[in-house]
Amino acid sequence: MTKDRYVDSGQKNALSSLPMNRREFLKGMGILGGGIVVYFSLGDPSSLAITKRRGPLFARTPTDFNAFLRIGEDGRATLFTGKIEMGQGIITSVAQIMAEELDLPYDSVDMVMGDTDLCPWDMGTWGSLTIRSAGPVFREAAAEARAVLIELAAESLKVPKERLKTRDGVIFDSARKENRVTYAQLAKGKSIERQLKGSPVLKKVSEYKIVGKSFPQRDALEKVTGKAEYAGDIRLPGMLYARILMPPAHGATLKEVDTSGVNIKGAQVVKDGDLIAVLHRYPDEADKALEMVKARFELPKTGLDDKNVFDHLVLVAPKGRKVSKEGDLKKGEGLSSHLFEETYLSGYVTHATMETHTAVARLEGDRVTVWAATQMPFGCQANVASALGMKPKNVRVITPPVGGGFGGKGNNPEAVEAARLAKLTGKPVQVARNRAEDIFYDSFRPAAVVKIRSGLNDAGKIMLWDYDVFFAGEDGSLLFYEVPHHQVLSRGGWMRALPGSHPFSIGPWRAPATSNNTFARESHIDIMASKAGKDPVEFRLQNLSDKKMRRVLKAAAEKFGWTPSKTPSARGCGVACSIRSGSYVAIMAEIDVDKETGKVQVKRVAHAQDMGQVVNPDGAKKQIEGCINMGLGYALTEEIHFKDGEIFDLNFETYEIPRFSWMPEIETVLIDAQDSPPHGGGEPAIVCMGAVIANAIYDAIGVRLFQLPMTPERIKEAIKNSKA
Amino acid sequence: MSETIKFNLNGRPTRLTVDGERMLLWVLRTDLGLTGAKYGCGEEHCGTCTVLVDKEPVRSCQFSVKDINGKEVITIEGLAKDGNLHPLQKEFMERDALQCGFCTPGMILNAYGLLHQNPKPTRSEIISGMDNNLCRCGTYNRVVEAIQAAAGT
Ligand code: FES
Ligand code: FES
Repeated sequence: MTKDRYVDSGQKNALSSLPMNRREFLKGMGILGGGIVVYFSLGDPSSLAITKRRGPLFARTPTDFNAFLRIGEDGRATLFTGKIEMGQGIITSVAQIMAEELDLPYDSVDMVMGDTDLCPWDMGTWGSLTIRSAGPVFREAAAEARAVLIELAAESLKVPKERLKTRDGVIFDSARKENRVTYAQLAKGKSIERQLKGSPVLKKVSEYKIVGKSFPQRDALEKVTGKAEYAGDIRLPGMLYARILMPPAHGATLKEVDTSGVNIKGAQVVKDGDLIAVLHRYPDEADKALEMVKARFELPKTGLDDKNVFDHLVLVAPKGRKVSKEGDLKKGEGLSSHLFEETYLSGYVTHATMETHTAVARLEGDRVTVWAATQMPFGCQANVASALGMKPKNVRVITPPVGGGFGGKGNNPEAVEAARLAKLTGKPVQVARNRAEDIFYDSFRPAAVVKIRSGLNDAGKIMLWDYDVFFAGEDGSLLFYEVPHHQVLSRGGWMRALPGSHPFSIGPWRAPATSNNTFARESHIDIMASKAGKDPVEFRLQNLSDKKMRRVLKAAAEKFGWTPSKTPSARGCGVACSIRSGSYVAIMAEIDVDKETGKVQVKRVAHAQDMGQVVNPDGAKKQIEGCINMGLGYALTEEIHFKDGEIFDLNFETYEIPRFSWMPEIETVLIDAQDSPPHGGGEPAIVCMGAVIANAIYDAIGVRLFQLPMTPERIKEAIKNSKA
Repeated sequence: MSETIKFNLNGRPTRLTVDGERMLLWVLRTDLGLTGAKYGCGEEHCGTCTVLVDKEPVRSCQFSVKDINGKEVITIEGLAKDGNLHPLQKEFMERDALQCGFCTPGMILNAYGLLHQNPKPTRSEIISGMDNNLCRCGTYNRVVEAIQAAAGT
């Protein structure tokens, strides 16, 4: 299965063709000097490919590492990584991994994240990758540092290495405990550099004291006291707030602009090609000034809107790519006694992070510093450098705490605008989107169509599965049920959809492809279960040999207290399961449907997940709860309405996101798998939410919804049609 | 039009000469450098800009600064007293009732107003009292627990 990613992956080892070595890098950063440094590479091949693709922009990229760990002369450990914290909790869980493997107290580990001057190049933070892909490497790097410390201690204590033990930053002779030395004493006056090679000896999972225990979020104190400084909270002397002219529709062309009416004292107008901005010492004054700018745009006529876009997508979709194929579809059809054919739709959705896209830029001489709410600090560095015609090394991107990302903060146009305006005005500039701009300029989760043809024999076994997905992408499209004759085709891809496919920019959105594919697959499975007169959980188990999936389904059923029944049973219970980022997930929900208003209330949710090793159980639980709550949105209300490139939902009034009163009771089970590698935790639970609610609606009222979101209007419509 | 506004800000008498029609959010964030109140929507939908005026939560993005004249304003920066966190702040930390934290100041101050009005709210009173504060990270269950704990219910 391929991973969601922002960039193409290509050849490996592109980094090695680049000139800079680690010593130069550290020297450049002024970090050389005391202590012990271990360099390492968070080896996702896609990270290396981007370096090659962007060529000279990354000239400063070190050749053989993209993160490092230092044991300072004070005995504290500091991790330098380009990964960023946006609420997903890696600032806590990665520190746990480091502390555990180093045998240091958790509080003795510091994290330096997302600063392009201090951290080596990193591809960015998304796709639940940090713990599943980078986690094991962080662990090895820490083990390597500990091995170096043990070597030093063997020398200094004159004891063979095998006799030494580490605990809380101290190394001692297991035969004579008072013979001891601290990490600080060992690191003092040293200047040791190591490259992580091979696999150092790791601690046994059974010895863990920190990993597997719950730790509260590291930056909570700053966040509950208002001290945490997000990008929009950066205040610089002389800073101007910029408001930028936004076109009324995607694809609109500016014909005329008249700024002569701007009569706000202190407002500065900038026109630079396509960039028309007003700047002021006060953001609200800049707002007023922008209203005085008169502009005439020519509006595009695409004829596309949120209703006909699905037909358009099917029409323009290129030939499919075969994701999987087994057996012979004709044969499968012949073996089936019931055939099913359905189409599933989902609309465009926006990220709507509470923090809008924001960046601040300051130019000093030939250097620019950018504070950006971004998931890709190094991508941001490259964007700014190329817009300003600067070398990337002269661009420093600092990532303050990010107020939510979900895949939406990777393109950085606001950072480029802030930097351009800082250059044009000679002043530090902040660009903070207002909500309308935030939605307008967002890269939406793509609308998608899934067509499924399937067949069932009299024993309730699925014989045929012919799956055609348009524009959702292939993640999550692979079938894990056992079907002898099946085929999965993906058309149009996801991020790489051909120009002209979507009427605006699209991008990642917390497991976008898997959510859409799960909605289609799990709805369709339920339709077959119902036809077969089987309980939907039993039907799944009957068609499932994957042990992990069987286990999470059973665990969720137990937590939920699932009692088997044919559907619709009028109870309003639903089930769905999926695989995302290597994690297996099953969700059951109980809902109420008000047939008069069409409103759905999700009362309770039971969730089970096998995500391998869990670093921070409460942190993982918090992500799961977040996924479930957030998932109610794309399931029930969230949808961008548009016509001819104009976006109609520009604030929370019509773009409704989940709120307190929607929140179900949530119970979670994390399958105990501490001995297996960790998998992604930031996304799996969200992918089932569309399907589990669709299935529960069917169970409640016997009406099937084929389109997300399942708004009250669509539910009422479906009820009406079912009576007709 | 510029006018002089006198009010109490986080326990300190404060005097400000500003255009009274400006929104409190921007005056706090820009003129006074208190950035704990956040912009989330600008149209009273989300509550990230919530501050307390005479212990009542208000949406500072649509609250004219002239209306604080003679009143007491508390922002998230002023909630802890003498280095002691307010019980709500403590409980938000204790229950890890935040992720990205962008909604957190508004959540805490809205909850403060809720408990000021109704010191022992039921669960459903908490939910309806908090319903217009949005959290995209979906921390709702934990926020309710934190408020319950702070209220001792
Ligand atoms: S910013 Fe004031 S309510 Fe959203
Ligand atoms: S914690 Fe991120 S919006 Fe609430």
